[in-house]
Amino acid sequence: MFKEYEPINKKMFQIIDNDGKIINKKYMPELSDELILKAYKDMLFARTADQMIVSYQRQGRIYTYPPNYGQEAISGAVVQIMRDQDWLVPAFREMGAYLAKGASLKEIFLYFMGYEDGVNFKNAENFLPYAVPIASQLIHAAGIGYEIKYRKKDQVVFTFVGDGGTSEGDFHEALNFAGVWKAPVVFIVQNNQYGISTPFRVQTASDGIAIKSYAYGIKGIQVDGNDFFAMYKAVKESFEHAKAGEGPVLIEAVTYRKGAHTTSDDPTKYRTKEEEESWDAKDPLKRLKAYLTSKKLYSEKEEEKLIEEFKKEIDRQFVEAENYGEVALEDVFKYTYADMPTDLREQMIEHEKFLQWKNARN
Amino acid sequence: MKKIMNMVNAINDALDIKLSEDERIIVYGEDVGVEGGVFRVTEGLQQKHGVERVFDSPLAESGIAGTAVGMAVAGLKPVIEMQFSGFANPAFNQVVSHVSRMRNRSRGKYTSGMVIRMPYGGGINALEHHSESLEAIWAHIPGLKVVIPSTPHDAKGLMIAALESEDPIWFMEPKRIYRAIKQEVETEKFSIPIGKAKVIQEGTDVTVVAYGAMIREVQKAAVLAKKEGISVEIIDLRTIYPIDRETIAQSIKKTGRIITVHEAIKTFGVGAEISALANEEAFLHLEAPPKRVAGFDVIVPLPKGEQHFMISPEKIFYEILRTVKY
Repeated sequence: MFKEYEPINKKMFQIIDNDGKIINKKYMPELSDELILKAYKDMLFARTADQMIVSYQRQGRIYTYPPNYGQEAISGAVVQIMRDQDWLVPAFREMGAYLAKGASLKEIFLYFMGYEDGVNFKNAENFLPYAVPIASQLIHAAGIGYEIKYRKKDQVVFTFVGDGGTSEGDFHEALNFAGVWKAPVVFIVQNNQYGISTPFRVQTASDGIAIKSYAYGIKGIQVDGNDFFAMYKAVKESFEHAKAGEGPVLIEAVTYRKGAHTTSDDPTKYRTKEEEESWDAKDPLKRLKAYLTSKKLYSEKEEEKLIEEFKKEIDRQFVEAENYGEVALEDVFKYTYADMPTDLREQMIEHEKFLQWKNARN
Repeated sequence: MKKIMNMVNAINDALDIKLSEDERIIVYGEDVGVEGGVFRVTEGLQQKHGVERVFDSPLAESGIAGTAVGMAVAGLKPVIEMQFSGFANPAFNQVVSHVSRMRNRSRGKYTSGMVIRMPYGGGINALEHHSESLEAIWAHIPGLKVVIPSTPHDAKGLMIAALESEDPIWFMEPKRIYRAIKQEVETEKFSIPIGKAKVIQEGTDVTVVAYGAMIREVQKAAVLAKKEGISVEIIDLRTIYPIDRETIAQSIKKTGRIITVHEAIKTFGVGAEISALANEEAFLHLEAPPKRVAGFDVIVPLPKGEQHFMISPEKIFYEILRTVKY
């Protein structure tokens, strides 16, 4: 696969077309119907949750949130391969991956409601908090990769960034370190065509991102990020490559951010409706669903029922998050250092005295 | 002529005026062109002045600051935006190692006159890394001047001055009051000198120094104090560095008491500098220890914990009372 789809050949790796038909049999992964169906349901759950969060935000029940809409196949494929012991080093637009790693929806809600507790991920191992400073997380993935090699562990690191993030120096440094160390890291660039309002052509003069892999002496591949099977195959091969000690892989997943950058953003300022609609035919769920229905593995009727169930579960967890309660004053202080310095403790005590005065006064 | 403006309009107006009269000025950064910036501060400027003068850059803060050094030494006047103050950190190396030092290193042969502008501060229910107030860090770098306006009028006048300065200006915009304060601002060009503070309310019992979004909170605290018969003198610092020692010292000599209020964390902050200044310039006039009302020495909490961190008028009033009754 890597050989045939060398980035220099400028051939994007695809397996199904927009109608869910297999157009590249040679690389079609051998997957059970159950797994494919599960993957679809994972993606559908992620999409339903994503859409509900956006509406919660519109209702003023949650703060700024970065929608995943249109990009679900990327995380959707990764999570079928990522094992419990593997590392997930996220950016902030990979909800499917968080859920599979063991984050609860409630935790995801908590974070975007403004609780630090939301990135504690109580039931997930080897999962770093989201990285808002663009591309900075990629270097951490390389460092984790070093530890895995050093201790000869059976682990792989999956890390994500967007196309905008590839402009940061940290992107270069991460690939360079990981390449030199042959670190077991799978770098996944979600090329969704926009960094907020900035289109890909303004971001880089490069012909895609995968081609940059040559400069670091690592494997690279450009994949149709809206094609679940292509993503599965590419991630699986990359995972095996990294796991075998052959070094990191750079996957460019070509996709489209159908939603806004975040709920604070207004895409009508910088792109046309025609452009947005032109990507509807390539929608990742629509394509996988077409495949499943053609195999009689799934039906619209089932979908309606599923969405209803999902919505109930999502709302249940949302309401739980809404009732999480207040953040105690001490929580603002106590995670700053292993042992709270005296000076800092005094600031807290002084503030408590003020609060007592204030309460007595009111 | 005057027009009602908020701070976003006022900065936009200053940029527009200077773009029109100074061909050296180039405005760029992440999303500043087509979209006009995530807070719309540069809205409409690309349409009016062209894509060569106002444009979107790749997403790379170090690259933005570093290319600005190149433009500046070659004779242009870059105005670059850091999308949020918390995202300026990748540019730290360029700013500390080159922007601030070019004049000194080249013994005045080259300069890196530019304006580096960014929204900063908390109180808007933002995500991580969107709420910091790092002015003390930037003010600690020789060669940089650090400016923070508190009103639309000041934002326009200070931005004009920044665009006419030969030195690099670190221009921090308190985003919490981007749209919260509207006032009549002259449509003509005018400038407010960098390095001068302003006494915005005269008083006799205690001096309170603040800047940016904290000015409004101090004004509310002063109203509470007045009800208790305490007369508060308020100084708007306007420029963090060079700090206006004279205006502050004079005021302390009059009131005998000094409190500094800032949202930034307390330790090694601007308030520490002002307390030192009080001791150095007005020691024998002091009737109470110089006081700081500032953020705790912690990471700014996410929205649900932020109310613990943000400074309220009551907290300022509480410290005013303690200082006056000392």
